[in-house]
Amino acid sequence: MAARRCLGLWFFLITLCVVSTGADVLHTTPVTGTESSAAGTETVVARELPEAPSDPGEHTAAEPTREGEQNDRTRGGEQTLGQPTREEEQEQEKTREGEQTPAQPTREEEEEEEEQEQTRGEEEFTREEEEEELTREEEELTTEEEELTREEEEQTREEEELTTEEEELTTEEEELTREEEEQTREEEEEQQTTAQQEEQTKRWEATELEEEHVHDAAVPPLAGDPPAADPPSPPPSKDDFQEELVIRPLHSGDIYASFQFRTVWDADFMGDQKVSHYRLFPKSLGQVITKFSVRELHISFTQGYWRTMQWGQPYLPSPPGAELWVWFQDTVTDVDGTWKELTNVLSGIFCASLNFIDSTNTVQPSASFKPLGIGNVTDHSFLRYATLPREIVCTENLTPWKKLLPCGSKAGLSVLLKSEKLFHSTFHSQAVHVRPVCQDPQCRTTSMELRQTLNVVFDLHTSGQGKREWSLFKMFSRTLTEACPLASSSKVYVDVTDNPQGEQFELSPATPLLTQAVVLGDRRTYSVYDLTQQASFGSSRSLNMLLRWKNSHNNVVPPVMLRPLLHSERYVAGYGLQAGEIHTLIYNHHPYRAFPVLLLSAVPWYLRLYIHTLTVSSKGKDNRPSYIHYQPSKDRERPHLLEMLLQLPPNSVTEVTVEFERALLKWTEYTPDPNHGFYVGSSVISALVPSVVAMDTNSTLDRPLFSSFFPCKEEASYFMRVYTEPLLVNLPTPDFSMPYNVICLTCTVVAVGYGSLYNLLTRTFQVDEPSPGLAKRIANVIRRFRGVPLL
Amino acid sequence: MVGVPLWWRTTETYRAWLPVNQINELAELQVCLCYRSMAHWTRYVHPVLGYQAGCHLRILNEILARDHSGDDTLSVLHVEADLSLHTLSASPCGSVVVYVIPETSVLLPQGVDVYIGHRRTAVLRMGAPMSVGKNHKQLLAHLEPRITQVVQVMSFSHTDITAALSDRVRLSPGSKESLADSMRSFKSSPGYEITFSLLNPDPKSHRLDWDIEGAVHSYIQPLLTKLAPLANFSIDSQILYYAMLGVNPRFDSSLEAYTLNADSLAHVINPVEARLGSNAASSNPVLNFLLYVPDAHHSPLYIHDHQKQPVASNAFHSPRWGGIMVYNVNDLYGRGETPLPVNININMEKVMGVFLAQLRLMLGVQSSPAPPGFLVEPCGGAGLADWELDRLMWSRTVENVATATTTITSLAQLLDQIGNIVINDNIASQVSSTVTSLQLAVAELEAGNLGFALQYSKEAILASERAFFDPSLLHLLYFPDDQKFAIYIPLFLPMCVPILLSLIKIASEARQRRKLKQSKKD
Repeated sequence: MAARRCLGLWFFLITLCVVSTGADVLHTTPVTGTESSAAGTETVVARELPEAPSDPGEHTAAEPTREGEQNDRTRGGEQTLGQPTREEEQEQEKTREGEQTPAQPTREEEEEEEEQEQTRGEEEFTREEEEEELTREEEELTTEEEELTREEEEQTREEEELTTEEEELTTEEEELTREEEEQTREEEEEQQTTAQQEEQTKRWEATELEEEHVHDAAVPPLAGDPPAADPPSPPPSKDDFQEELVIRPLHSGDIYASFQFRTVWDADFMGDQKVSHYRLFPKSLGQVITKFSVRELHISFTQGYWRTMQWGQPYLPSPPGAELWVWFQDTVTDVDGTWKELTNVLSGIFCASLNFIDSTNTVQPSASFKPLGIGNVTDHSFLRYATLPREIVCTENLTPWKKLLPCGSKAGLSVLLKSEKLFHSTFHSQAVHVRPVCQDPQCRTTSMELRQTLNVVFDLHTSGQGKREWSLFKMFSRTLTEACPLASSSKVYVDVTDNPQGEQFELSPATPLLTQAVVLGDRRTYSVYDLTQQASFGSSRSLNMLLRWKNSHNNVVPPVMLRPLLHSERYVAGYGLQAGEIHTLIYNHHPYRAFPVLLLSAVPWYLRLYIHTLTVSSKGKDNRPSYIHYQPSKDRERPHLLEMLLQLPPNSVTEVTVEFERALLKWTEYTPDPNHGFYVGSSVISALVPSVVAMDTNSTLDRPLFSSFFPCKEEASYFMRVYTEPLLVNLPTPDFSMPYNVICLTCTVVAVGYGSLYNLLTRTFQVDEPSPGLAKRIANVIRRFRGVPLL
Repeated sequence: MVGVPLWWRTTETYRAWLPVNQINELAELQVCLCYRSMAHWTRYVHPVLGYQAGCHLRILNEILARDHSGDDTLSVLHVEADLSLHTLSASPCGSVVVYVIPETSVLLPQGVDVYIGHRRTAVLRMGAPMSVGKNHKQLLAHLEPRITQVVQVMSFSHTDITAALSDRVRLSPGSKESLADSMRSFKSSPGYEITFSLLNPDPKSHRLDWDIEGAVHSYIQPLLTKLAPLANFSIDSQILYYAMLGVNPRFDSSLEAYTLNADSLAHVINPVEARLGSNAASSNPVLNFLLYVPDAHHSPLYIHDHQKQPVASNAFHSPRWGGIMVYNVNDLYGRGETPLPVNININMEKVMGVFLAQLRLMLGVQSSPAPPGFLVEPCGGAGLADWELDRLMWSRTVENVATATTTITSLAQLLDQIGNIVINDNIASQVSSTVTSLQLAVAELEAGNLGFALQYSKEAILASERAFFDPSLLHLLYFPDDQKFAIYIPLFLPMCVPILLSLIKIASEARQRRKLKQSKKD
């Protein structure tokens, strides 16, 4: 036990070293530094966009700036999720206003009295905060740069005003009614904006928080220091719902749609008081969380395999089949019993065969799966992880999943979720993530976050009939007509990074709103459709986005996709039915940087791993893992668990091989179709991958020289999880009619033996006079004729 | 010869010993038990009257003397008397104390012969023709019918037993109405889940707010605290959006309102129920209470009864399921100046009044109409009088005992009929603990210790359910005979051939010998 603990400590130290040395020289405190500066770079980068791309550029310039700052203010990823919800419209206006804040100095003259006061106050407020933030950063140059951008922005102010004027007017009405609350409202707005902006980027940054846990458990996860001058906000409403759809055209011509629905509820599930009054949060799930004292729950159902090399990285990775991992609260005494019960209940809720999860496919990863929410838990005895690679996902899983949404499938983005289209796709993955998050920047209280995600990839040839032309109707056979009235934000994003000037494809209806975000280490640009604005729907009262490629016959080669930096393959080698070898290949495509990965594989007991044959090699040389956690299997009780920390050299393939022997099963243990083979769940590779943005060394084009000597350490790396293919292994399968054949055969032999014995015992032997021969009989016949006496 | 015991040993199924005789006894005992305990009850009341009446009469007179200041206080006198009598003699759970007061006493208002208070006491006015001089026995004989009446109201009566046992034993084919009454309340169970759901079919036009936490705390919780010895209750609530009713209400132009007819109510629940969701975390029965706020285009919505008259509470209930109340909000919209959605706060007092009444019905706290001359104190803040609780406990205990007995007898029958079922030791122990608990419960019931009886009956029911639904019973259940044949035939069929042949041979030889004998005789 002590030895293992030492090992763990050693591992963490090593990780720290690896992170700090591997990423950047500037890293002094790798984890917190990474996090805070992630936002910082964003600020810098965004301000450098004064290129103001021709048409909708004004907004682009304004938005990311705010985004960056806001990000700063609430760094720490999840910390301010419990933002106050209000009526959607109000909130929307305010958010908009918040976004526009930097633009306001020039506008002041034209606005009315209250408005002026309001905005001025706000302006001051934000400036103060900005400055605080900026001073907190190491590089002062950003402040100066910000001013530069400000000036630039002011030039484009006039046009922007026009577009935002009506929003301002509506906001004004509210202000009249609420003058006395102005001060508090300002703060609220700040928070709202913060939260929302953050929400935009957070999706992608959520993983960063996790990385922090993975690699440095010692640093409290709430390290993000809150804004200094932040008085306590007014009591927020209890729960909040947001919905979002991201559409990303893939280079292969397929299209990727990712839905996210998030419910945040300021209820304390960990406390003594029972939570029993539900509003937006689904009751069935809440009861499960309460009853089984679940701290975090992650469950995913996936049909199909995500092709990383063709499609790039998914927003939320998941292995084929079903995956479930749960962190229990430390009050649970019988974790295994609770886990068993929980899987049974969940299998009822999601209509899946999760009840097949038992001790033979459950493992306790020691390092790969750290809590994604708050809470500094390092005792992995409260963690359970299981996959069911065989699980088929279909409509019956989708319906209960949709039931958890407050709007069901009646309104909002969820009207698109029709099973006849969703399952006519190459890849379909739906997931539910429940985790505790901070309610306020200080993290005095926690909220429960329920995140439902659904990812689907539509194939160019089967769904798109070979034409690169995608629309909402073509994908989902529905169009959008309204936002879910319960959602505080409802947005559709379309990834237009590869299409900055509209030369690749044309997106209609065009949207003036663009936003930038750093997703999986890459800076992406998105067109945003805000469904809470009536204007998004246009005159037809329905939104049917259309992406049409200009060169439908592929005359021009589309831009080559950046190879994913990390990807992996796995296969079984060997011949015969006795022994075999599992090969795992991990590719690092980064041209010059090495990074560490954590490899976890859980192998069922009937493949008996020979751990002494474990070899790790990269570039033909032996690559010693710096940390290995191996738990041998027990027949019919628990699987093998192999976890190791590997350092991947730059631009290399690392091969992990281990030999195994196939066990003979008892005849009742075979599946009904044993010749199909037995599945071995996907291996999980968790990694801290150097960012593509940081890799970009020659893009000093429009960046001031003084800002670009050291690579920006903020985005130096991001957390990523890659799942390998599940394996299908043939086990020696007997002929199942054989026992009966044996029974028949032995019984016949026994019966023959018995028959002869019986005959021996029962026959009486007596000497019999031989019957007369044939010649004698014939002679007798003749004699009878002649009347001569017989012989 | 060697093979036979071996074969026998390896193919037998493990069956632990079960107290079958005791179970059978229980099955027969059950019916007579109800009546016996009933008879016991009336006997129990008499001594109370005989020995305690004297001293308590004195106390009553004292109260009377003390408070006899003016006529206006008379009306509250009996309430106070009830309280002070209760404090004087804390009567045990399940008992009823009857106090007899003289004919001329002013303690009860005019025209009221019997007063039943909140607790386990009743005050009985002595009938008119009684003179004081008669002896004890005559006095008792005279009071007997009235006391029986009191006991029937305050403790359980024949109809209660019928209701409790309606599932198990068909005692008497009562009228249709009484049958409906008896089937309305939930069956006895160790726990109940109470779920309040707010159905909002139109979140675009109104945003509903209900203070369910406060309402539960102030209206429902007192009743449940009172009922705590009976069962565990857990309460939760949810809001369901876009939840529609199953029928389209008809527009009644004379009322300018939409109406739901009584006969269409049956179809209302089905589509809603799919959304309600069952409790994933427990298997107790769920009591659903739905508050339906019709959307702007279908309101106001009124429920009409069979006589086409609007129901005052605008609510209805479904037996053993729960209740639905329609809450119209269209007058709260304001006149168009407020933008949609409108924020609406629901008046929980109004809602909870209806739900509380429905909850009482569902739990079986039904008050049979009091005979003439009875004054029953209306239930106060707790929502439940002591004697009502006792009544409920009586019927629940009887019902539990009946249920456990039927479960255990049917299990015994089943095991008796199907020889393939494995009976493990844990099942055997469950069964025997059921039997012991049942016997204890019956004994306590006969002794009048209601609390213990209920406790034992609960234990019995739990153990019997566990035994009955144990998954190990099913392990070898599917082991059809054709499989056995398939295994034994390859051995026995070839083995039979020489035996059969030799049998034929023996037979033919015997026949020949007989023939030979006959021919010899001839």
